[in-house]
Parts: sequence; C-alpha cells; structure tokens
Amino acid sequence: MSCDLECQHLVKQFDKFTAVDDVSFSIPKGSFFSILGPSGCGKTTLLRMIAGFYEPTSGDIKIKGKSVLSTPPNKRPVNLVFQHLALFPMMSVAENIAYGLRRRKVAKAEIDQRVKDSLERIGLPDAGSKRIDQLSGGQKQRIAIARCMILNPSVLLLDEPLGALDLKLREHMKVELKQLQSQFDTTFVYITHDQSEALVMSDQVAVMNHGRFEQVGTPQELYYEPQTPFVADFVGESNHWEATVSVQDSQRTTLTTTSGLSIQTQTTSNLEIGQTVNIYLRPESITLGQEQTTADNQLQASVKSVLFDGAKSRAIMTNNDAEEIIVSLPQTGEFSDLKAGDKLSLSWRADIAKVFTNQA
Amino acid sequence: MNSSQTRLTLILLLSPFLLWLGLLVIIPHIDMFFLSIREKVAPRTYETSLANYAEFFTEPFYWNTLARTAFMSILATVLTLIIAFPVAYYIAKMLRGKTKSILFLLCLLPFWVSELVRTFGWMILLRETGVISSSLQWLGLIDGPIEFLYNDVTVMMGLIYTSMLFMVVPLVSTLDSLDDSLIEAGYDLGGSKLSILKEIVIPHSMPGIISGCIVVFMLTLGNYLTPILLGGKSSMWFTGQIYTQFITRFNWELGAAFCFLLLIVSSTIVWLGLKLSGQTLASTVAKS
Amino acid sequence: MLPTIPRSNRYNWSYQLYIFLFFVYLIAPLVVVASFAFNDSLFPSLPWKGFTWDWFINDTQPKLGLFHDRSLMNGIGVSFFVACCVTGLSIAIGTSNAFLFERYEFRFKQFAYILLLLPLVIPGVILGISILVFSNTLANGVEDHIGWDLEFLRPGLLLVVLGQFAFITTIATLVISARLKKFDRSLEEAAYNLGASRFEVLRTITLPYLRPAMLGAGVVAFLMSFENFNTTLMLVGSDAPLTIAMYDRLKEGSTPVLNAVSLFLMLGSALLALISILVQKEK
Repeated sequence: MSCDLECQHLVKQFDKFTAVDDVSFSIPKGSFFSILGPSGCGKTTLLRMIAGFYEPTSGDIKIKGKSVLSTPPNKRPVNLVFQHLALFPMMSVAENIAYGLRRRKVAKAEIDQRVKDSLERIGLPDAGSKRIDQLSGGQKQRIAIARCMILNPSVLLLDEPLGALDLKLREHMKVELKQLQSQFDTTFVYITHDQSEALVMSDQVAVMNHGRFEQVGTPQELYYEPQTPFVADFVGESNHWEATVSVQDSQRTTLTTTSGLSIQTQTTSNLEIGQTVNIYLRPESITLGQEQTTADNQLQASVKSVLFDGAKSRAIMTNNDAEEIIVSLPQTGEFSDLKAGDKLSLSWRADIAKVFTNQA
Repeated sequence: MNSSQTRLTLILLLSPFLLWLGLLVIIPHIDMFFLSIREKVAPRTYETSLANYAEFFTEPFYWNTLARTAFMSILATVLTLIIAFPVAYYIAKMLRGKTKSILFLLCLLPFWVSELVRTFGWMILLRETGVISSSLQWLGLIDGPIEFLYNDVTVMMGLIYTSMLFMVVPLVSTLDSLDDSLIEAGYDLGGSKLSILKEIVIPHSMPGIISGCIVVFMLTLGNYLTPILLGGKSSMWFTGQIYTQFITRFNWELGAAFCFLLLIVSSTIVWLGLKLSGQTLASTVAKS
Repeated sequence: MLPTIPRSNRYNWSYQLYIFLFFVYLIAPLVVVASFAFNDSLFPSLPWKGFTWDWFINDTQPKLGLFHDRSLMNGIGVSFFVACCVTGLSIAIGTSNAFLFERYEFRFKQFAYILLLLPLVIPGVILGISILVFSNTLANGVEDHIGWDLEFLRPGLLLVVLGQFAFITTIATLVISARLKKFDRSLEEAAYNLGASRFEVLRTITLPYLRPAMLGAGVVAFLMSFENFNTTLMLVGSDAPLTIAMYDRLKEGSTPVLNAVSLFLMLGSALLALISILVQKEK
C-alpha cells in the first residue's frame, strides 16, 4: 500500500524544551488518522511541522514518498484546517473557497465552476455570496474544509476544528467529517484531545504524550489492548489501583491493592512476587447483580453513590471501606431504582483487567 | 433611582458639558463666523458681506497657499503610511512578548517630548552650521557648508516625523487583532507574501489605516510649528498665513475667513475619506 | 510575514535594517538636542568644544545657564501653573462628561458625542483664534455698554488656560470613559444593596475604580498643556509660558541654554511617561 504521509524520527526542540521527541509513523493512502493527546503533548507542534510552519530540529517528512522539508508551506501539497478555522472575514464564502485556486492562477471560469461544485458537494449551494459572519458554526466548518479540498491536497491536516462547537453540533459534525473524508477519499490527519472524536472517526489513532507516540492502532486496539498505562488511563475510563503481586501460578496471579482488595488476573511473564503494579479496570467490564460462581473475580459491595448520566450512568461502589470501584450501570431498567446503601455483587473476568508494572 | 432624581443628575452632568463646549468651542466659532462675513467700510463701521472670502479667491497667493498646504498634507499622510506600515507590521506580527512592548514604547516615547524640542533637534541637525553639514564636510564629501533647512523636502520630512506616532499606534492595534492563523491559512493555501498582504493583511487593517490617515492629515493641515521653523519664510503654510493676518497685519476679518476656509477644506477631505471607507468620525478619532 | 513562515536571510536582514533606520530617524533629533546641552560652545552646533555644565549652572552672560535665566525659569513657572489649572479642570469636567455619556440616555446624545470630539478635529491655531475673537467680542461689548474694562478677557493666562482646557477636556473624557465602560455595574448594585447611599457608592466604589484612569488622564493633560504651542501662541499675553519663551529664543538663534531647557523637558516628560505607565499597570 502506498503511503501519503510518512514521518521519520521527527524531533522539534524549542530552546531546552523538546516538544516532539523522535516520532515516526506512516499513513496509508485515503485513511483517517488521528493524533490524540492531552494539551501540551506536542500534537499541534507535530501538525505544524507537517504543514511547514515549524522546521523540524531533525528527522524527515515525506509526502507521497518525497521529502518536503525544503518546500515552503505555500507550496506543500498539504492543507491545514485551523483550530479556529481562519476563514478570511474580508472575503465572501466563494472568495474564501476560491482563494487557493486564484493563487494558482486558474482561469476565472474554471474557478467559478469548481467553487460551485465544491459548494454543492458540501451541501451549501447557495452560500457563495454570504459573508463569513452569516454562517453557522457547522457551515463554517464545512467551508473551511472545502477551501482546502478544492486544492486536492495529498493530505488534509485538521487542528481540533470541532473544539469551538457546542456538544450537539460536535456529535453531528463527527459523523459528517467522517462522511466528507470518505467522499473526498483523501488522507486526513486529525489532532484532538477528545477521545470520542478520535475513536468515532479514525481508521488509526496515535496516542501522544510528552512528545512521543505511546501507541498507534485502531480505535478497538487502543480501547481493548492498551499497551501503556497512559493509554489505558487516557482512552476510555478506568478504575485505577496500585497493587503488589502476592500469589502467582502458571495461570492466575493474585494482586493485592494497597487497601487490601485482592484481584485475580491472568499471569504474564514479566511479573514477580512482591512487585508493585498498576491495575486498570474499565467500569463497563464489570458485571453487576447475579452471583456468578464461574467468574474469576467476585465480591460483594454496597453502593456509595449513583452518578446518573443517561446512557453513561455509573455507580460508585465500595467493599468494606477498601477500594472504591466505579461500575457502569446497564440501562436495561434493572438498576433504575438503585440507591446508596444497596448491596450488589460485582464480577469480572481475570483477563479483562490490564496490569502494568510500574516502570512501564 | 426615581425618575426626577435621574433628571436632576442628568442636568447636573449636562450643564458643565454644555458650558464647556458652548462657551469655549461652539460660540467662539459662531462669533468668528460673523467676524469673517464683516467688512470694514469706515473706522468702527462694518457691513455684512462676503468680501473677505472674495479676497481669498481673487488673490492667487492666498488660494495657492491653501492648495499647497492641502496637497503637502495629503502627500505627507501617504508617505507616513508607507513608512509606518512595515514598522507597525514588524512590531505587531514579527515580535513577541517583552521585545514587542519595548519597541512599541520606543516608538511612542519621542512624542512625549514637545514638538518644539523635536523640531529644534532637526534644526540643529540640518542647518548650514548643523551636525549633518559639518559631518559631511569633515568626511570630505562636500566642500562648503550646505543648508538643508528651508526647503520642501525638509518640511515634508519634519511633517512625517511629527505624524509618525498617530499612524503607528492605530496600525499596530489593528494588525495586532489580525489572527496569525489567517496569514498562515493564506500561506497554506498557496498565497505568496504579496498576495497575502494585498488580500488579507491590508483589507483587515483598513480601519486602522483610515483612522491613522485621517488623524495625520488633520494634524498636518493644522500644523504651524514644523513648516514655519523648518521651512522658514518660504514655507507658505496656511496656518502661517492665518497667524500673519491676525497678529502681524491685524486684519481679523480676513483671518477669520481663512480659518473657516481651512476648516472647510479639512472637513471636506476628512468627510470624503470617511465616506469612501465607510467609517465614522467616532470610530476613528476617538480611538487614537 | 510571520516568524513561523520561512523567509530568506536577505529579506530578514533588510527588514531589520529598515526597522533600525526607522528608530535612528525617530531618536536622532532628541539625542542631538540632549548632547549639545553639554557642549562648551556659544552655539548648539559642531565642533564639539568639550563637556560643560555651564548651560545649566553658570550665572553670567554670555554663558547664562538655565537656572539663572530669568525669562526661561519664569516660563517654566508659568507653564507649571497653567498646566496645573488645566489638569484640574479637565479631570473634573472629563469625569463628569464620562458619566454623562456612559450612564445616561438623552436626546441628541449621538450628536452631542460628535460635538465632544470636535475639539480634536479643529486645528489648535484656529481653536486659539476663535477663543481670542470671542473673548475680544465680549470685552468690547462690556466696555461699550457698561464701560468696564475687563482685563481678564484680554490675551493672558486665563485665556491660555481656557484655550488648552477646551481641547484637553475631550482627551480626558475619552480616557476616563474607556475605563468607566468596563466597570461592572453589579458592584454598585451590591454596595447599594449593602446599605450605602448613592453618594457613598460613588465615593467608595465607582471613583476608586476610576482613579487610575483619572490619574492617567491627569498625566496626559499636564503634559499636553505644558508642551502646547499652537493654541497658546494665539492667546498669550505678557507672561510667556515656556514653549513660547523657547520659540522666541529659537527664532533669534540662541545659545545651548535652549538645549539645556529641552533636556529638562525631556526628563520631565520621561518621568511623567513612567508614572503614567505605572498607573496603567495598576489597572
């Protein structure tokens, strides 16, 4: 498979601070690639290097196999959708979209035709003569993408463009962006700190922290098979405990948390008795209610409080004042009248909790 | 607050405003207008007539002076804009943090000093026995002393100097408000430096350009000190002519007419500038 | 175009050179004025004849220093007096105007606002002349009808103060309005709610909030008055403020005592500029 974008050992330093630290990746043609990370993790710096606004301290950026380091941003076959979109307020919608074509000295008639096609494609055929401030948030979004896509870039970079939208619109735009991407069949590189945006839209997600990629994989891989504690913590929600290895045989390892809860996990090769580890357990992997004698982990707990949030409702459970355990509540009606003080049984499989040794 | 109290406070606040503006600005100008349409026919007897205005139009020296003053002022405004724009852009867009505020302050500081002192400085530099002439002789580039004062180029340079602040400040503040990402977006979409300047930077900074130009134009047109001191007797500046009529010739009627002609020219050009750019006086003058 | 956009070295270099030359142009006259205040020569020009303090402290002609030059020292005194009057008046009326325009609605408010800006649009020379004309009309009218000769309506310090006050008030109003506009009115309502009277609210809440702007406006007003020339020239009587005294000397061609007084003015302005920057920071 050919790669649209390839970064090799990219490093960017500002004075003493290393913003991007030896990042390498390649993105297959036509895929939706997200870079997910907390603010300050270096994702914007990385994106701006690809766009050409920062020069890498070392490393190489290749687009369609050719290094673009010596190509200035106005000549690079990548375009950037800015965080606040950067639509030109002094121009109409059509002029905004036509801007790049005019720079390429495309004939006026052709520009008009292509702008018209582009506006139709994004479902705003009559918006051409409008001013930017007459558009809604979602419309601006689409114009900003159309303005770049009309230039047929090899790669489209998006810098958290949904950040400024309200929740409902953001949910809607997630779906729409994904559709636009498959419609244009162009490689999208999308950076965000919102895991839901990354998970919903992407073919591949890179989780970034402190200037490095922690893990690159499909959304499913990141969610089910996190490779590092950071990914386990950052993607999705987790119960997190520190524990020591107390008993170990060929199949099962028993871990005891600092306040005495003991947890069964699958044995992995790198654990030794007495070692300190971190355990991550997703609230939605815990089964509530029935006694399951087959379950690897089983315990009685009482409800401390119920956090009702529609489909994402959770309960904070506690067993004998030991650890607090957050549990997702299935919305089947079964637990709709759950209240503090109720007693329930919790159970989960040994292989579902992720265990990381401390230095990992 | 009940309405009678509101009314009382309103009146209390309105009266100093009206007294100040009425007694010191509006009525004096009305009085001056009546003076300008008065003709002395015999000692202590006057008639209402437009003779003073007629004299302005029939005497080529007068209207030449006014036309020249207006033309030089427009030229000075344009040149100030051209010189100030790169500087304002540099301060607003190329610099960050402390260097930026220091350089901006450095731009403002000379204007805290009296115009008289600044003009005096130019005289020391430019006159026949001045620093530049002496230095050039010392370097052997010229044989005898050269008088740089008392010509139009020097007057123009002095006018630009005096106006610089009023151009740089509004330009820096509008350029500051231009989001960097707009320039980057233009560049990312394939724009060259020139096309970005033309299509993004200048359209955005139009309000600052207009307000700077209007203020500079008005100040230059009404300037007295710089043309008189740097241009000498040959400067032919209209405010100088007004001063001559009032103080030297004691022909107040003609002088008053001149004042109104200057006000009319000034407001017409400012009004045209505002109309063409679609702005208001409040949005330009009040900010600077 | 931006630090983030790559540029050629030559472009960078020539841009910086331009900025440098611009600042040389900006600073050169001031540096020249200041340095010649210490030249031991009868004329403020080259050649340099050695360093001296004479132009400040010497007490005999022809090298009469600034501190012994009666007319210049008198000018400083007069200017100081005028500037204090103008500053006080314009802060008072400026504050009142700010409340008028920020807090009250009245008919013709838009029009009144245009009138407020008018003094900034009128050239200083004309503003001075119009006040001269009007005060002259008044004085003549009184003399003709009642027979009193009202000396204070003739060119002199009162007219100078009024002439400067006429346009400096507009500037003070704009500075104070800008701060009043940002004031959160719920603070006043809270104070009112906590039992303060209207006047106490003004005294304890609103005016303290406005104080930095009033001080800032005061500094600007003082400087503008001290340095004003155009308006003053038309209204001046026998007591010449400093700028007028300097102008008379300048026309005759003067000894470097003029540089000395200019340096004195520069230091004064710099001090006031510093104060106003500190006051602005306090906001």
